[in-house]
Amino acid sequence: MLEIFLGLYIFMLAAFVGYGVIKGVPALLHTPLMAFTNAISGISLVGSLVAAGAHYNDVSTVLGAIAVLCATINVVGGFWITDRMLRMFKKQDPKADAAGDAAS
Amino acid sequence: MISQVETLYLIASFLFILGLRGLTAAHTARRGLILAELGMVFAIWGTLIHPDITRHLDHIGWFQTYKWILLTFFIGSAIGIAISALIPMTRMPERIALSHAFGGLAAALVGVSEYYREYGHIDHTTMGALGFEVLFGGLTFTGSLMAFGKLSGLIPGRNITWPLQNQSNILMFGGTFVLLVLVTIDPSNQVLFYAMAAMPLLLGILFVAPIGGADMPVVITLLNSYAGLAASATGFALNNNVLIIAGAIDGASGFILSVVMSKAMNRSFRNVLFGAFGKVDEGDAAKVAAGGERVQEASVGDAAMLLSGAGSVIVCPGYGMAVAQAQHVVGELAEILEANGTEVRYAIHPVAGRMPGHMNVLLAEANIPYTSLLELEEINDDFKNTDVALVVGANDVVNPAAKNNPASSIYGMPVLNADLARSCIVLKRSMRPGFAGIENELFFAPNTVLTFGDAKDTLEKVVDALR
Repeated sequence: MLEIFLGLYIFMLAAFVGYGVIKGVPALLHTPLMAFTNAISGISLVGSLVAAGAHYNDVSTVLGAIAVLCATINVVGGFWITDRMLRMFKKQDPKADAAGDAAS
Repeated sequence: MISQVETLYLIASFLFILGLRGLTAAHTARRGLILAELGMVFAIWGTLIHPDITRHLDHIGWFQTYKWILLTFFIGSAIGIAISALIPMTRMPERIALSHAFGGLAAALVGVSEYYREYGHIDHTTMGALGFEVLFGGLTFTGSLMAFGKLSGLIPGRNITWPLQNQSNILMFGGTFVLLVLVTIDPSNQVLFYAMAAMPLLLGILFVAPIGGADMPVVITLLNSYAGLAASATGFALNNNVLIIAGAIDGASGFILSVVMSKAMNRSFRNVLFGAFGKVDEGDAAKVAAGGERVQEASVGDAAMLLSGAGSVIVCPGYGMAVAQAQHVVGELAEILEANGTEVRYAIHPVAGRMPGHMNVLLAEANIPYTSLLELEEINDDFKNTDVALVVGANDVVNPAAKNNPASSIYGMPVLNADLARSCIVLKRSMRPGFAGIENELFFAPNTVLTFGDAKDTLEKVVDALR
C-alpha cells in the first residue's frame, strides 16, 4: 500500500517537472518533441524486457517478446527520427554562411 | 543487485529530464537528444541485470536467458531504423501515429502478461494499475492505428458518423470503466479482465472514426498523452519508477500540445472529440454567393511579377504544401527572391498541417533557416507592412472571417493576417472550401489574386519565370 503512494508522489512530481520543462519548448520543435517523448515512453521496453527474459512461463515470454519488439521500434526509431529532424534545423543558410566566411 | 538496478534507473531518469530541457532551444536540442539516448542505455542496462532475469544465468547460460530479448531487440531496431530513415518528412504525422500504436500495444501486452503471470495473487492496487495500463494501452493502440489509417489515406479521412454515436461511445466508455472497477475489486475474475482488455480496442476505433482530417493534430497529441499514461501505469504495476517518470513526462507533453492545438483552433476538447465538425456552413456559403463576388485569377507570370517587385514577402504554408511536397521549391523560390534583395519570412500557424510543428519540419528540410520561421504571435503584426503574402496550400488558417464574421463557425480562432498584406497571392488547387467547409473571404478580397494548380507545379513555373 505504501508503494502505491510513493508511486503517486513520483508521478505527480514528474508530471509537474515535465509540464514546466515542456512549456518552454518552442512551437518550432513541437514535431521533434513528439518523436522525442515517444522514444522516451518506449521505456516500457524496461517492463517488456523483464517479461521476455525472466522465463516466468511461455505466455508471458511470448507477449513480452512482442512487447520488446514494439517498444524497441519506438525507442530506436524514435531517437533516430528525432535526430534526423533536428539535423535539418539550421540557424543560417549554409551557403550564406560560406559567403560570410569568404567575405570576412 | 537491486540497488544497482535502481541506481541505473535513477541516472536514466535524470538524463531524460536533462535531455528534455535541451529541447527548449533549437541549438541545444541535439545535445539533449544524446543525453536522453544515454539515459535509455542506462535504463536498458539496468533492466538486463534485473534479478528476475539474471537468476537464470547460472543454470541456463546467457544465451538461453537473453535469446528472446536479443532476437526481438535486433528485429525491432532494424524495423525502427528502416521506418525512420526512409519515411519522407511530409509523412511524419503518420509515422508518429504509428509509433503511438506500438507504444500502446507494448504497454497493453505487458499488462496482460503480468496479469497472466501473477494470476491468483494480485492485490487490488496492482490490479487497478494493470487495469489502467491495459485500458490506455488498448485505446492508444487501435486509436492510433485509426489515426494512421486516416492520415495515410488507407481509410477515408473525413468524419465517419452514425446515429447516436456520442451516446453509444460514452456508454461504452462508462461500461469499460465499470469493468475496471469490478476487476479491481475482484482480481481473480478472468472473464471480467479479458472483457476489460478487449473493450478499449473497440473504443479506440469508435472514438477516432468520427474525427476528421484537420482535427488530427488534437487526436495525435491526445494519443501521445495516453501512450504516456499507459507507460506510467505500467510503472505502477511493476513498481518501476523510471517508467512512472518517463510516462508522466510523455503524458504531460501530449497534454500541453493538445491544449495548444485546441486553443489554436479556438475549440474545446469536447468539441473536437464529440463535435462532428466539417459540415458545410450554409450561412457563410450563401452569403458569399449572394454577393456575386468573383475571384481574381493570376497567371504564373503575374504571380512571378508581383513577387519580383516585392521588397518583403511572408509565406503562409498549410497542409496543401505537404500534400504537394512543395517545401523544396518554396526554398528555391526564397533563395531567388533573397538574392534579389527581398526579405522572405514564414508565418507558421500552430495548426497548419496535421500535427504540431509539421510545417517547421518541412521547411527545415528545405534548408530554410529556422530563424525565419516565425510563430503567429511573432509575425502577425508585420503583415500590414509586407508587400506580398504568399499562401501555399493554407485555407482556414488565413480566413479573415475568424476575425470579422461572428456568424462564421471559425469565428474567434487566431488566424494569420494575410489579408492585411499589400497584396496576397493564394496558390490553390481548386475553389473547394477548406476543412471547416466554409468560404474564405480572403479569396474575394480586392488585393488578393489566386493562381490555380498544384502548388509544387505552380511554384516551379514561378521559379523558372524568375530565373
